Amino acid sequence: MKKIRCALIGSGNIGTDLIYKIQRSPLLEPVWMVGIDANSEGLKMAREMGLKTTHEGVDGLLPHVLEDGIQIAFDATSAYVHKSNSDKLTALGVMMIDLTPAAIGPLCVPPVNLAEHAAKGAMNLNMISCAGQATIPIVRAVSRVQGVSYAEIIASVASKSIGPGTRANLDEFTYTTSNAIEVVGGARCGKALVVVNPAEPPMMMRNTIYCLTDDAPDEARIRESVQQMIGEVQKYVPGYRLVNGPVFDGNKVAVFMEVKGLGDYLPTYAGNLDIMTAAATRTAEMFAEGIASGRIRLSAVLEAA
Amino acid sequence: MNDTANTPLSALAGRKVILHDMSLRDGMHAKREQISTEQMVKVATALDAAGVPYIQVTHGAGLGGNSLQHGFALHSNEAYWDAVCPQMKQAKISCLLIPGLGTMKELQSAFDHGVRSVHVATHCTEADTSPQHIAYARKLGMDTTGFLMMAHLNDAKGLAAQGKMMERFGAQTIYITDSAGYMLPEDVRVRVRALRDVLNPETGIGFHGHHNLGMGIANSLAAIEEGASRIDASVGGLGAGAGNTPLEVFVAVCDRMGIVTGCKLFELMDLTQDIIFPMMEHIVRVDRSSLTIGFAGVYSTFLLHADRAAKKYGIPARDILVELGRMKMIGGQEDMIEDTALTMARERGLFDDKAA
Repeated sequence: MKKIRCALIGSGNIGTDLIYKIQRSPLLEPVWMVGIDANSEGLKMAREMGLKTTHEGVDGLLPHVLEDGIQIAFDATSAYVHKSNSDKLTALGVMMIDLTPAAIGPLCVPPVNLAEHAAKGAMNLNMISCAGQATIPIVRAVSRVQGVSYAEIIASVASKSIGPGTRANLDEFTYTTSNAIEVVGGARCGKALVVVNPAEPPMMMRNTIYCLTDDAPDEARIRESVQQMIGEVQKYVPGYRLVNGPVFDGNKVAVFMEVKGLGDYLPTYAGNLDIMTAAATRTAEMFAEGIASGRIRLSAVLEAA
Repeated sequence: MNDTANTPLSALAGRKVILHDMSLRDGMHAKREQISTEQMVKVATALDAAGVPYIQVTHGAGLGGNSLQHGFALHSNEAYWDAVCPQMKQAKISCLLIPGLGTMKELQSAFDHGVRSVHVATHCTEADTSPQHIAYARKLGMDTTGFLMMAHLNDAKGLAAQGKMMERFGAQTIYITDSAGYMLPEDVRVRVRALRDVLNPETGIGFHGHHNLGMGIANSLAAIEEGASRIDASVGGLGAGAGNTPLEVFVAVCDRMGIVTGCKLFELMDLTQDIIFPMMEHIVRVDRSSLTIGFAGVYSTFLLHADRAAKKYGIPARDILVELGRMKMIGGQEDMIEDTALTMARERGLFDDKAA
């Protein structure tokens, strides 16, 4: 099958890790890497790995989109420039996978709602945040069993795994993730907490998920649902692991998870990086299958005024 | 003042120090966040009358702290501020904001409800998670502090670089925050000195102590000797772990040394004895768990969480705290206390983990 050609925008941790994930994909091919700093390590690595690069931002890519047949672009820049990047590329018929907290398109967590989005053929999908990808499947696993009035997640990540963009814009991360716990996770109210831990050697990404159920929790069904959901996530993140729980305390359900990465661009402790790029890659693959089979037809989106 | 004021430390006579009371924020931890608005008003008005210039009033974990992770307070932060702020004659009310937990939206709300000072707090190596919040506080015109928590986990040079970063974001004071109550006076000295070397002369330096090794007062004095001009303390020592530097004791020591705080000692003694002590659910003091925290260098707020997990899973709190210290868990990771207790219980064959 002919691979779908992709562009990666943003040459930080996420963009660079995506090169590895996409190169391994049987359905996708990384062709362009877009940065804004000619000397960035990400662009240098991209060149070494055989990608075309530009350091002039998305404008440097635009003239090549049609001639190079780019159909999917991953945006790993920042919430502030995503809208403009997306407008320029979707106008050329490129589907956007948004890894910033901009969230201008529908929110996507693969095991929860990717099939639904693929059926609709959206032109811009948002991947929420690493914490969202790591915790929302569990919130959903509980909320599909019974009503959840409140869900709260705590993501602890190694200091070395968090880039400058996320650090400087922590509130966007918090808002986007909290909202997605409600919209995708199915809790009526959501709250996200993030802790950046500098321990050496770096700690593995840890996530704790608390859900308050409306009625007494159905322990057996919740256990089964959580285990089933973990299996779904493990299909694209093998290191997604239950450490403790579910623990039931009144109507509170607590689940303690760990995410070990594949160790592509950053070492395995950076499970947060891995779960984000793996989820984005899985999402792109779902669309690539549809595009290749003719089921999904990408069409140019006229720029919104 | 009597003749004993003539001590070797009297070189500090005449130095002005700004005291910041923590009992209605850090003390919320010791009260499992269950302080009523009436109690808040009672304590805050007494502190105000005693001349304490800054009083922190917030959930123990600060803005956004109401959560399963950190406990739900009796009232919202807004309800506390609305009760306290209008009663203040001279004191400014402050809040705590830990990025990743609190947000700018909540800071705006704090300002709208009368809060005029903020500690923007990060772990001692993660200052670069605070630029938005520090800038926003300055934009609001608030007295803005960069608050470097668990400061024993960064060396003097590293901590100074982090403080310098917060100064660049707009912080007017940089705090060395001994969240674990682990530091000894020399640890404080080298860090204040390193900060003084790199900060602009107009930028203040503060120290926030915990009394887990009984060093709250000695450490605060060491900080002042090296040039700190702001000290956090809690009346009656009401705070996490073994409590903060006890405010009334510190004021007594300052009076003896001629350090100018503007606070009235006898009023603070009365407040401690008549209002704070009867409020305490457990005696906030150096005990087995809080001493373990100070000795192992663990976040003081972990105290009551560890005691609860110990009871639930049959593992001694000391074992849990030492393990958390070994794993280098930091403030905000309270969820890892139960997780660690569960793992230890399973390893010791005490717990039948059905999920395994």
